[in-house]
Amino acid sequence: MKHTLSVLVENNPGVLARVAGLFSRRGFNIDSLAVGMTDNSSVSRMTIVVEGDERYLEQLNKQLHKLVDVIKISDITRDAYVDRELVLIKVSADAAKRAEIMQLVDIFRARIVDVSPKTLTIEVTGNDGKVTAFEDSLRPFGIKELVRTGKIAMLRGKRASSKNHINKEEDES
Amino acid sequence: MNGVKLSGAQILLKSIEAEGVDTIFGYPGGMALPIYDALYDSGIRHILARHEQGVAHAADGYARATGRPGVCLATSGPGATNLVTGLANAFMDSVPMVAITGQVTRPSLGRDSFQEADITGITMPITKHNFLVKEPAELARTVKEAFYIATTGRPGPVLIDVPSDISLSQIDYKPPYEVNLPGYKPAPNTAPRKIMEAAQAIADARRPLIYAGGGVVISGAHNELLKLAEMLAAPVTCTLMGLGGFPGNHPLFLGMLGMHGTKYANFAVSDCDLLIAVGARFDNRVTGKVETFASKAKIIHIDIDPAEIDKNVKVDIPIEGDVKIVLDQLLAVLRPNLEEAWREKIKAWKREYPLKYCKSGNIKPQYVIQEIYNLTEGNARITTEVGQHQMWTAQYYSFTKPRSFITSGGLGTMGFGLPAAIGVQVGCPDEVVFDIAGDGSIQMNIQELCTAVNYNLPINVAILNNGYLGLVRQWQEMFYNRRYSQSELLNPDFVKLAEAYGAVGIRVTSKEEVAPALQRAIQLKKPVMLDIVIDREDNVLPIVPPGESLDKMLG
Repeated sequence: MKHTLSVLVENNPGVLARVAGLFSRRGFNIDSLAVGMTDNSSVSRMTIVVEGDERYLEQLNKQLHKLVDVIKISDITRDAYVDRELVLIKVSADAAKRAEIMQLVDIFRARIVDVSPKTLTIEVTGNDGKVTAFEDSLRPFGIKELVRTGKIAMLRGKRASSKNHINKEEDES
Repeated sequence: MNGVKLSGAQILLKSIEAEGVDTIFGYPGGMALPIYDALYDSGIRHILARHEQGVAHAADGYARATGRPGVCLATSGPGATNLVTGLANAFMDSVPMVAITGQVTRPSLGRDSFQEADITGITMPITKHNFLVKEPAELARTVKEAFYIATTGRPGPVLIDVPSDISLSQIDYKPPYEVNLPGYKPAPNTAPRKIMEAAQAIADARRPLIYAGGGVVISGAHNELLKLAEMLAAPVTCTLMGLGGFPGNHPLFLGMLGMHGTKYANFAVSDCDLLIAVGARFDNRVTGKVETFASKAKIIHIDIDPAEIDKNVKVDIPIEGDVKIVLDQLLAVLRPNLEEAWREKIKAWKREYPLKYCKSGNIKPQYVIQEIYNLTEGNARITTEVGQHQMWTAQYYSFTKPRSFITSGGLGTMGFGLPAAIGVQVGCPDEVVFDIAGDGSIQMNIQELCTAVNYNLPINVAILNNGYLGLVRQWQEMFYNRRYSQSELLNPDFVKLAEAYGAVGIRVTSKEEVAPALQRAIQLKKPVMLDIVIDREDNVLPIVPPGESLDKMLG
């Protein structure tokens, strides 16, 4: 099963290499990884999607905890959360197809961000299901290039997986 | 001291001294020169090795023998990369070490400058943590944090990479008051519920067995372990790293388990109904075929590192915490549950399957090891290299005290024993130190004999010389149809070599000469290298063939 980990790390040089190196040397596979600063500039958040069973996840969680730069790990998979991914898609669009593509853009609440005589570049955000469905519907037109940010996620409601306190604590949720 | 301007190098050394360090091991070079210049005026004792690998192993041996962090210093580039094996070795065996490396200046970083190597990148997977110091103002705190990380929780090596312009910079020195490591939690909290569960499992067990690892030695929990074993009258088996954590001459002791363990220890593992793992990590050399390891037993696993729990073997009662503290808590609630039949069974195994070797023929390595034990009354500090001699030492030297056996366990580093012995002797100047070596391993860091002579460290190197890479040859004999590919060695004249270094060389070719030669070596109080010519094709037995179950032992 796919798990979504929300990981707070110290914004130190090399922290991405430490996390990525741990995954590769212990044989864990990353489905996606998105990283960026939080509201606290000394702390970054990584949203990591991994696939594996409970024991695999437990070992991954414990190994990640051993990295001194890792502050907190929350597996939010089973909680209610909002997740988004931003995708840019460059699709072939000659005059004959353009209207049809723009209809799809409307349906998926996507946006056209660049236009050239032969292509349209479209921005779409959403969860994995929506983004994949949009990609599938554009495929027949000819996707020339596609780039995804990887998933970012946040718990719903007033709960937070970070707050601003920085304690390395086991999050059992 | 506030407001005083000091160089980065001076601050570095001051910060190290503030951690209680009086001795470091090192090797100078270009980018470390500012530090070496500051060292010239400092009160810190510096032991100059002859190779940076020797530096790292000496610091490691010092740390294992004394329990204090070993500190090493090297220059950038090749100096730093030569430390790598030593760091990996210390990491695998959880040894507290702080390695300081010079680095090219900050403006030269990332430009493939002369003697530049990305040592923080290289050592990321083999250090507990590492730092590249980017600002002079960070130096003092970084040193404090490095020592804190290296020595707390599950210990390990920490590396600090210091660009030379930082060492040269002049700044105000402000001693750091605290560490700032929000992501570092040294030791997990022990759940009291788990202690009760473990106590219940122990009360229910009919055939308990204690399996003790290096964590017992590191935690200083040998007395608690002894109490636990005696209270339960439970037999105890140790891993290679655990040897010395339980008295080797105790009636409850079963010796080492695993690939070259005793038969009775391995039978006990296979037959016990409760395995109490104390500060051990279920290494594959211990478990053999994992699926059949302790398959009749419920397993309690006590470890300070939560990631070790359920890593290789799924356990029933995990207890996270410092072994000494956990054992104390457990002892308080235990009810003794003596079971005569189990102890009788073990006694019978011990009688039926003792460790044994053929005593006829030339000098037997096992005999040499037993003589070292006899002559030093078991009070020597023993280091080893890696190979047959190491396994024979584990089997035949009855370690009775923690930190008396200093050996490369996890990484299995040939060339460890001699520099480690130097570190041990520096840390324990009044004790008798032996490096039990093989003729292959000793040549991997033989240059360190010069270090021993340089500082008049009276270490004794006992080479068990069979003219082979013995364990390689043994595996080729047993598993590769006696095809001795590249395992036979042409060796130098070790006696002349010892003399060339300024040490004493003694050759031993008959059994009668063994004891007098060892006696003489001990009495000389000088660096001595003994070339002890042993039977060429002796094997380490018993052996669990790789990948087999523990009860399928040969020999």
